[in-house]
Amino acid sequence: MSDHNYTPSSKFGKWFNDRLPLLTLANHLTDYPTPKNLNYWWTFGGILTFCLITQIITGLVLAMHYIAHADLAFSSVEHIMRDVNYGWLIRYIHANGASMFFLAVYIHIFRSLFYGSYKAPREIIWILGIMIYLLMMAAAFMGYVLPWGQMSFWGATVITNLFSAIPLVGESITTWLWGGYSVDNPTLTRFFTLHYLIPFLILGLVVLHIWALHVPGNNNPVGIDIQKPSKDTVPFHPYIVIKDLFALLLFMIVFAFFVFYSPNILGHADNYIEANPLVTPAHIVPEWYLLPFYAILRSIPDKLLGVVAMLSAIFILAALPWLDTSKVRSAVFRPLYKQFYWILVIDVLILGYVGAMPAEGLYLLIARVATTYYFLHFLLILPILGKIEKTTPLPLSITSPVLGGSADLAMAKNTDIRKEKL
Amino acid sequence: MSDKKKPNRRDFIFTATAAVGAVGAGAAAWPLIDQMNPDASVKALASTEVDVSSLQPGQSITVLWRGKPVFIKRRTENEISEARNVKISDLKHPEKDEDRAQNPEWLVMLGVCTHLGCVPLADKGEYGGWFCPCHGSHYDTAGRIRKGPAPTNLEIPKYEFVNSNTIKIG
Repeated sequence: MSDHNYTPSSKFGKWFNDRLPLLTLANHLTDYPTPKNLNYWWTFGGILTFCLITQIITGLVLAMHYIAHADLAFSSVEHIMRDVNYGWLIRYIHANGASMFFLAVYIHIFRSLFYGSYKAPREIIWILGIMIYLLMMAAAFMGYVLPWGQMSFWGATVITNLFSAIPLVGESITTWLWGGYSVDNPTLTRFFTLHYLIPFLILGLVVLHIWALHVPGNNNPVGIDIQKPSKDTVPFHPYIVIKDLFALLLFMIVFAFFVFYSPNILGHADNYIEANPLVTPAHIVPEWYLLPFYAILRSIPDKLLGVVAMLSAIFILAALPWLDTSKVRSAVFRPLYKQFYWILVIDVLILGYVGAMPAEGLYLLIARVATTYYFLHFLLILPILGKIEKTTPLPLSITSPVLGGSADLAMAKNTDIRKEKL
Repeated sequence: MSDKKKPNRRDFIFTATAAVGAVGAGAAAWPLIDQMNPDASVKALASTEVDVSSLQPGQSITVLWRGKPVFIKRRTENEISEARNVKISDLKHPEKDEDRAQNPEWLVMLGVCTHLGCVPLADKGEYGGWFCPCHGSHYDTAGRIRKGPAPTNLEIPKYEFVNSNTIKIG
């Protein structure tokens, strides 16, 4: 990347750029060489940026009308829905936006798992991503508490009680988190403050995530490094910009469907009942995007170990670049990994399903098997697979499988033969 | 080089896309802007009814309407004649008293100084009406600006007598 050679054409531009190289940055982002074989699974980074900005803007608007007080929060949300101009639209975008954000982030994560984007030299990008994901879950959870409905209140109670599993200091920590002896007004006001703060922390991490990405450049579907930038890459603008915008447009259609046609389908009816510390709803379920972890929590018949298992299921992802011992990035050239990848996808979907079901009988058994497999995948299968798997030959360059029609044809000797033909 | 570049298909598509995109961005921005306008609950409070039966001539009350003070003054004969005998040409903001008070006995006006929004004090100032302590504007017994920095007379809100004892403001 030859960013540093950039000189603005205008005199003022040069003067300004010498003092603050914003134009160099803009030039870098415009010309940033991008592998030309990126498929649509690579558009979710842009989509996620859109989601974050949408959440921040609609969230700022909601905060102008919302009142963080145990006695007023619920009615202030109803006030937003009924009285505030377009309040219903802005709140539905914010509430469904959280779900869309997680939908996109799961696709983004599983794209990374399939194409090995977490491997060297992109470990820091991956770990920053996991940190963003963790903060997203914290923000989503606290945001769900703010309407102060029944699900808000009892969700907050259950999740904060997780900390009481910590030996010795657990009780003091929950009391500290609550600012009292139960979830109440002090809990609500601090959750509102943190819910407001976290998106800006995420924004900061996103900047680092993209910065770290721009050091080695994008991974790509064949998972090999760029050989010749002139042949293997296209400039970010206009090629990727237009492609990202088109994908964003399709994504927004799905988003708009939820906002306009079934805005409450992803929520729970119980949350339209004001919080009541005396009555727990019959069926407490977190939002869909937290269900797999909820299933893992419930599958362990011990309070402390359940919490440990749930947190490990998330933190184990941070160790993934070292757990996966294979040097080949893309699953396209890893016939065994490709199968285990899809088993993991199904496993997580099953965990999500049983997480929504009552924790009893067959569901509990399935949850336990799926939880065991989840950890086996990362702790046993991936380390061993890297050693024993026979991968198929990698193409010589990003361009060669495109010209050759298939990756196999692009093996070294074949390329030579083709060169002669050409 | 006299050949003007004729717009081709691509130019058309480019312009059309940008135009649709601009309309879409505007449509998306409008709810975010409009949400700051008065909401339905604020608009529902847009009128206030006031019982004025207990007011004696010379007395006044201040009521809250749309978050602002409204002066309701039952004027004495003296005050009315004082207001009506002023030469219109002497006024900074020429308005007849008859145009400001539907019923000469009752003066209803916003208690907000037209200079920078302070609340003027009653029965003060050089003209026997109101005096704004912030920057020294003097209003007469019809609430007209006579001296000081305020540009216009005190504003008259929309009001009506629902019956002889009740005024509906707004």
